[in-house]
Amino acid sequence: MNILESMLVAIVALRTNLMRSLLTMLGIIIGVAAVITMVAMGSGAQQEVDQQIAALGTNLLMVTPGYSRNHGARMAAGTRLRLTEDDARMLKEQIPEIVAAAPTMRGSVQVVVGNTNWSTTVQGIDNDYIVARNWVVTEGRVFEPREVRSGAKVVLLGRTVAEELFGEARVVGQSVRLNNVPFRVTGVLGPKGQTMSGQDQDDVVMVPLATARGRLIGHSRAVAKAVHVIMVSVADAEMMDDVHQQITQLLRQRHRIRDDVENSFRIRNMSEMVETRAETSRVFNMLLAAVASVSLVVGGIGIMNIMLVSVTERTREIGLRRAVGARARDILTQFLVEAVTLCTLGGAVGVLLAILIAYGTAEITGWPVALEWQVVVLAVVFSAAIGVFFGFYPARKAANQNPIEALRYE
Amino acid sequence: MMTGELVEFERVGKMYHVGDSEVHALEEVSLSLEVGDFVSVIGPSGSGKSTFMNLCGCLDTPTRGRVIIDGVDVAGMTDDALAELRNQKLGFVFQQFNLLPRTTSLDNVALPLLYAGVKRKERHRKARQVMALVGLSDRMEHHPSQLSGGQQQRVAIARALVNDPVLLLADEPTGALDTRTGAEIMALFQQLNNRGISIVLVTHEQDIAAAARRRLTFRDGRVIEDRTIEQLRFGQPDARERNA
Repeated sequence: MNILESMLVAIVALRTNLMRSLLTMLGIIIGVAAVITMVAMGSGAQQEVDQQIAALGTNLLMVTPGYSRNHGARMAAGTRLRLTEDDARMLKEQIPEIVAAAPTMRGSVQVVVGNTNWSTTVQGIDNDYIVARNWVVTEGRVFEPREVRSGAKVVLLGRTVAEELFGEARVVGQSVRLNNVPFRVTGVLGPKGQTMSGQDQDDVVMVPLATARGRLIGHSRAVAKAVHVIMVSVADAEMMDDVHQQITQLLRQRHRIRDDVENSFRIRNMSEMVETRAETSRVFNMLLAAVASVSLVVGGIGIMNIMLVSVTERTREIGLRRAVGARARDILTQFLVEAVTLCTLGGAVGVLLAILIAYGTAEITGWPVALEWQVVVLAVVFSAAIGVFFGFYPARKAANQNPIEALRYE
Repeated sequence: MMTGELVEFERVGKMYHVGDSEVHALEEVSLSLEVGDFVSVIGPSGSGKSTFMNLCGCLDTPTRGRVIIDGVDVAGMTDDALAELRNQKLGFVFQQFNLLPRTTSLDNVALPLLYAGVKRKERHRKARQVMALVGLSDRMEHHPSQLSGGQQQRVAIARALVNDPVLLLADEPTGALDTRTGAEIMALFQQLNNRGISIVLVTHEQDIAAAARRRLTFRDGRVIEDRTIEQLRFGQPDARERNA
């Protein structure tokens, strides 16, 4: 008897007890659906993190002003601007591994076009910033060096701002008013999406740093050419820690910080921060998947239980089959195929259910999901393996029945 | 009608272990059945007639002596070889029919051919043939639950015949049927025997046994009487008594 015949026999037997078969499968269905949903959500989150890291920029270090002391009182980080444009230039000149060192200022601004207005973030930048953060300009152009130097009234619009103010209309060359000062739009930035905390990174406008300082962002005059942040892009990920050290040294020298005083600035590895948060969610997801796997095992035990009942119930059938010429291994195959068929069908239905749940959840909550076909195949193969594992004992019990006693079984 | 040795028992003994004690189900049974025989086996329960049937049916092997079925010595055969022998040479009919529920008569009848490795189409062709032989041509697609007891037993007989067995073994085939239906089934057996099929039939009813051509009576694991229908009819002593 070949395997195809065995499968037909198994399917007939399963259809004979349709309700029971379905209920037995339910354990596997729920188990597989749970595991796959968890994995889909986990890899969805992972994909989003990857995108965020790419959106951050490559090998990015963020230098910000640190804590400061004012007559012994510790003040919050960033309250005093000690970093300057000159710091940024010096870093780029002194450390060869640095590809771009972008001094930036940040503030909020009211953007007005005709009678629409939009409140958004303004970044004062130079063109290094575009490089460091991997921004692309999809329409128009970046600032010209002349515009950056002279503090020209030119602006790059983030995708969200462009859409809010202009809709479908052409944007480049248009005039917008930032805090009542007319600016000319030189370009529109490509989309970057949300940060992990849900901020829209495209809700931004960018102007030359000098322009921002002179016209848009209020600041203390205590330090000349002060900036909020210096974004540093490093040539190679391997050199991040090394560059981190060099920046610390250089800045301490430049700012004449005594050896016993803590840094007046902070350096953060951006992708590391995202990774750390991603790691947390990854661990959490693995935990959930592990819990879901337990339900899969419970489903397998359910299969074994029902198969044992089925073997007992069909003792006479087994006796008869043996009498008319079934070998012990034919009986083994028959029951094993039954268990595997139950599990594989359950697995397949579980996959469908998982797809519904995962994408349904994504639709409702906006959580990212990603379902890879390898996971689907693995799940079905794994449930078949569960069928073999939990089906073997009942099948062997069936095969080992003495035909005479089986025929006499009441 | 062909003649020749179909089944040979040579000083066959069968012993079981029940707990610590030994049960001798058969002791020193020697006999032979010929091709075309129709043998009834009677005796009280525990007399060894079931063991005799199981040995004839290759469901069991003897602990002593030799059982030769159609020229093949059964003793020492593997489980798989016995299964193949049953599949190729024997047909079984049971008291409780033992049909697969929720399965058509046709598929029930074709079941032994499944294990013989016959292709589905050929299985059904052959099954239809034997269904016609037992008079159930119009019940091919019925499930056992839709058939009367007599019809179910006919399906079971068709199943036993589908592999063209050399020997048909029937264990109380009328035990679950009313007298009239039982008689019909017996008539069918006689009809099959007339076509040359050898039959061994276990029963405890004298009048059922009377349908056979030869009668074996078991008691305490031995054959105490072995007579043909003629010997019974004319009160002649059996072969064993003559020899004694």
